[in-house]
Amino acid sequence: MKILVTVKRVIDYNVQVRVKSDNSGVEKENVKMSMNPPDENAVEEALRIKEAGKADEIIILSIGDDKCQETIRTALAMGADRGILVKANDEIEPLSVSKIVAKIAETENPGLILMGKQAIDDDSNQTAQMTSALLDWPQATFASKIEMEENTAIVTREIDEGLERIKVNMPFIASCDLRLNEPRYASLPNIMKAKKKPIDIKSTEELGIDTKPRIENLKISEPPTRQKGVMVSDVAELVQKLKYEAKVI
Amino acid sequence: MSILILAEHNNEEVKSSTLNTIGAASKISSDIEVLVVGSNTESVCKEISSYQHIKKVLSLNNMDYEHAIAEKIEPVIMSIADNYSHIFAPATTFGKNVMPRVAVKLDVAQISDVISVESEDTFIRPIYAGNALATVKSNDLKKVITIRPTSFDVVAKEGGSGIVEDLQFDSNKSQSEFVDREESKSDRPELSTARIVVSGGRGLQSADNFKLINDIADKLNAAIGASRAAVDAGYVSNDYQVGQTGKVVVPDLYIAVGISGAIQHLAGMKESKIIVAINKDEEAPIFNIADYGLSADLFEALPQLSSELDKLNSIEK
Ligand SMILES: Cc1cc2nc3c(=O)[nH]c(=O)nc-3n(C[C@H](O)[C@H](O)[C@H](O)COP(=O)(O)OP(=O)(O)OC[C@H]3O[C@@H](n4cnc5c(N)ncnc54)[C@H](O)[C@@H]3O)c2cc1C
Ligand SMILES: Nc1ncnc2c1ncn2[C@@H]1O[C@H](COP(=O)(O)O)[C@@H](O)[C@H]1O
Repeated sequence: MKILVTVKRVIDYNVQVRVKSDNSGVEKENVKMSMNPPDENAVEEALRIKEAGKADEIIILSIGDDKCQETIRTALAMGADRGILVKANDEIEPLSVSKIVAKIAETENPGLILMGKQAIDDDSNQTAQMTSALLDWPQATFASKIEMEENTAIVTREIDEGLERIKVNMPFIASCDLRLNEPRYASLPNIMKAKKKPIDIKSTEELGIDTKPRIENLKISEPPTRQKGVMVSDVAELVQKLKYEAKVI
Repeated sequence: MSILILAEHNNEEVKSSTLNTIGAASKISSDIEVLVVGSNTESVCKEISSYQHIKKVLSLNNMDYEHAIAEKIEPVIMSIADNYSHIFAPATTFGKNVMPRVAVKLDVAQISDVISVESEDTFIRPIYAGNALATVKSNDLKKVITIRPTSFDVVAKEGGSGIVEDLQFDSNKSQSEFVDREESKSDRPELSTARIVVSGGRGLQSADNFKLINDIADKLNAAIGASRAAVDAGYVSNDYQVGQTGKVVVPDLYIAVGISGAIQHLAGMKESKIIVAINKDEEAPIFNIADYGLSADLFEALPQLSSELDKLNSIEK
């Protein structure tokens, strides 16, 4: 069985994101970029399934500009087998991404697609669900545990009420939560090895997918900032303030 | 312009997220219909039909739909989607699960987690964990939208006289099957709508120490929240998590205890009216957004807070 894993290149989660002064977007020049955090969990999960003898090849797919190759290399250094880069504008919308993932899935025929539950740049939380609908494969979103069985899997999902378990037939799509596992670090020898692993480069035209955006960004603005408040000296003062100043208790 | 809203409910009660979503839709139309998919949902449908603005409740009431399986709900929406210019659902794990499927089947780009409805095609949504706000215009014919519940007032629960109509739909088999659910049961107010939230972070050090948080929450009739670090460490279950990848809360009072204030946590609570931070590290970033900061060891501060609250209560009695 093959596993297809999607990885998005995003501004690193530790970076304090700044809005451009002309309100056209956020500052991306000279900013540290990394793999979208839950995508690391997706890669890790694929590796564990392969190590358990339940998969034989892990393919990494990223959609964006040339630099996404670095992100693919990171996944290859963790242990994945080969990569695919589909070149596109880095503002590509989940709708188009899902069409590309579905298209690649049709040619690669994986038994499982692992994606992140949410990209931490656009915070859309859409792509896995869309891909599932396009392929008509079951979806297991917000996964914090995946138990592979013969032709099915039991997936534990994180939902607002707590946890839900569902049983899905293969092939299926899971969107991974950060609690799914603890992603490994790539070792130096593996980083070296990853340099020789193949990355296939494709274009959206070649795949026949129209990626014209449907949503226009009219303005990207700074959120209102909160005034820094006061420090209180002890608990008694805090309670007094909450009672008589803020009047919230 | 007619708007369809996918109702969130548990077959017995309407979730408050549905009321906020109707509130958001009412900003652009008063022609609102609500779809209720579930099992034994007569009382849910009846209740929604009396809400302000509601013209019609479409009910698919069938044992097959007892559990919300996205692959089964999506075709139901698709069967009626032609009739509407907008389809809204709450941006909860329920709505997030279903709506992108509808969007892709309609070949439109979904707009997620909307915090402001500017016009029938323009919306504001947070990106980068709320570090930026995007004003976006949809150029698709139909708008598929998820609404952040805490950003909108709830619709009035009376004043409407919608009709309840049974929807004819042949139930479909899905390749996903519900197994079971583990819901946290508690008598406390619900986290996403509570007036007061007391949250604990890694500073609590153990599940057992979380009792200190429970005690304060009991005295304030508050809900309990947590940082991702506290959930990851197993102090409390995942449904307590506040933040970018957890819940968004906007209480009157948010008390953050032993939480450093990472942007991913702030994404879920920085709109709270009053924020209190208790942290032993004076430099903790949470103090930058707190209205009242107390630099102290929580193991001393929380028992003191508990007894101060007792004093207040006894004065009031
Ligand atoms: C993609 C992504 C998504 C994320 N989503 C979320 C999310 O939704 N919600 C979320 O919360 N986090 C989220 N995180 C994690 C986030 O980045 C932080 O790691 C997390 O919020 C830290 O939790 P914390 O403040 O409890 O722990 P820490 O950062 O370890 O802080 C603990 C604090 O407790 C204080 N403390 C320790 N002992 C005491 C004491 N005795 N008395 C008083 N104070 C004490 C310390 O001074 C410190 O400030 C996410 C991260 C990523 C990468
Ligand atoms: N440009 C992209 N390239 C590769 N994977 C992507 C891309 N955009 C989204 N994804 C995948 O879809 C997941 C959810 O993204 P989103 O729906 O944008 O929140 C991410 O965690 C990725 O796994």
